[in-house]
Amino acid sequence: MINTHDIMETINMINSENLDVRTVTMGISLLDCADPDPKKACEKIYNKIVTKAARLVPVVEKISTDYGVPIINKRISVTPIAMLLASAPDADPVDYAKALDRAAKKVGVNFIGGFGALVHKGFSAGDRRLIESIPEALAQTDIVCSSINIGSTKTGINMDAVKLMGQVVRRAAEATADNQCMGAAKLVVFCNAPDDNPFMAGAFHGVGEPDCVIHVGVSGPGAVRAALAKLPKDAPLDAVAELIKRTAFKITRMGQMVGTLAADELGVPFGIVDLSLAPTPAIGDSVANILEEMGLESCGCCGTTAALALLNDAVKKGGVMASNHVGGLSGAFIPVSEDDGMIKAARCGSLCLEKLEAMTAVCSVGIDMVVIPGDTPAEVISALIADEAAIGMVNTKTTAVRVIPAIGRKAGEELDFGGLLGYAPIMPISTYSPAVMIDRGGRIPAPLQALKN
Amino acid sequence: MRAVITVVGRDTVGVVSQVSQVCAELVINIEDITQSIMQDMFCMIMLVDLSKCVSGMDVVRGRLEELAANTGMEIHLTRQEVFDAMHHI
Repeated sequence: MINTHDIMETINMINSENLDVRTVTMGISLLDCADPDPKKACEKIYNKIVTKAARLVPVVEKISTDYGVPIINKRISVTPIAMLLASAPDADPVDYAKALDRAAKKVGVNFIGGFGALVHKGFSAGDRRLIESIPEALAQTDIVCSSINIGSTKTGINMDAVKLMGQVVRRAAEATADNQCMGAAKLVVFCNAPDDNPFMAGAFHGVGEPDCVIHVGVSGPGAVRAALAKLPKDAPLDAVAELIKRTAFKITRMGQMVGTLAADELGVPFGIVDLSLAPTPAIGDSVANILEEMGLESCGCCGTTAALALLNDAVKKGGVMASNHVGGLSGAFIPVSEDDGMIKAARCGSLCLEKLEAMTAVCSVGIDMVVIPGDTPAEVISALIADEAAIGMVNTKTTAVRVIPAIGRKAGEELDFGGLLGYAPIMPISTYSPAVMIDRGGRIPAPLQALKN
Repeated sequence: MRAVITVVGRDTVGVVSQVSQVCAELVINIEDITQSIMQDMFCMIMLVDLSKCVSGMDVVRGRLEELAANTGMEIHLTRQEVFDAMHHI
């Protein structure tokens, strides 16, 4: 029989510490759905998704019931839709978003990602039209998510796209101002976007991926925090790192098991496990609380970046041995509205936007689910995107910006998105203008780090 | 198909009997039991074989949840593969 201690540890992780598989995401290629006739293209998109993902939700729910493992989300990622628009010059991209929304609702998933474009070096046919349509598409759909890749280490940063995206983020918030500016919460701007990310809002199905594939994103900040709480306060940081590694290993193994089972049952290849610590607004299920458990009074104080670097690295080291294919974002997420500890830190003032930016140099993604004042100009948002993209480009890592301008509200007030998206206070942002730099446009050249051959 | 049933809560008379009764009704064979009482908290771990079980997992879970609600104990059913994956390299 299995060791009693191990059994009780697992039971406690699942039932008291919010350990779960955060998402099983099916990636579906829509490259074969392109058609010059937009109506036919939308029909092909709908039919392919409802065929490929017909059994996704029941199969994953059965695994959850059979094995006693909570699996929170079932999601779909698809080929960036701009690629399909290239062959349909007269198409309205919003129709494509609606087709995605209908198909996703038909199969019962929580979100569908991929209403996006890859423009890190420039715009090709369809890209601009898609980007311009994002605010309307996100306002007219419920569960469609959008992501745009505007830079990479290999290509540099497309500053024309950065300028455009600052405007689009604002317009997405304005178009949904009567619904907590939700449009901006479903839109993320990337540098070095991964092709196999199972997490929203940034999930899309990359062009090098197979026709259909299953990815898994694990979670478990609560389990890591609970493990650290048992460690003496004078234990050296080597011991902290070791304990995080061990816990991350266990968490990831559960994800690997679920992914393998789901892929076998659905008859599609298993892609990757994303070794992420993804927080929720539930009390204790917080990345900020892990940093505080390491010995910080409140997340955001000096020492936060170092603690996060240790955490991010240990999660990867522990997880990488537990899975035979690791991918996606893999690391610790630091969204504000989705993390109880981050929300408290932002409310009390210990966590500011500038500190979050520093933290993104060592976490798995970037400035995520941060609510900014409603009067923030588009060029300031563009400049924030450029800063984040620069951190990602130079450090050869994924960075992203998902900020929500709270239209009609000021710093100190709050937005409540509900569910896993949580709630957050509006954080102040520098009001000095970067307009001249943003108006220059062009491209920031790829850094020396790109020249590895 | 093997699974582990864990029962944790305040020690009361007849807990083992009630869980065993549910297992017997559903033709779930109990292969091993360990139990301990720490500071009035009862903790039981049962290794069970569900290969001859007459009902689906949702029914089994429903019965155990019902029992948990009636006794005030926490009762969980988890497949053995989960522990093997998490604790064995």
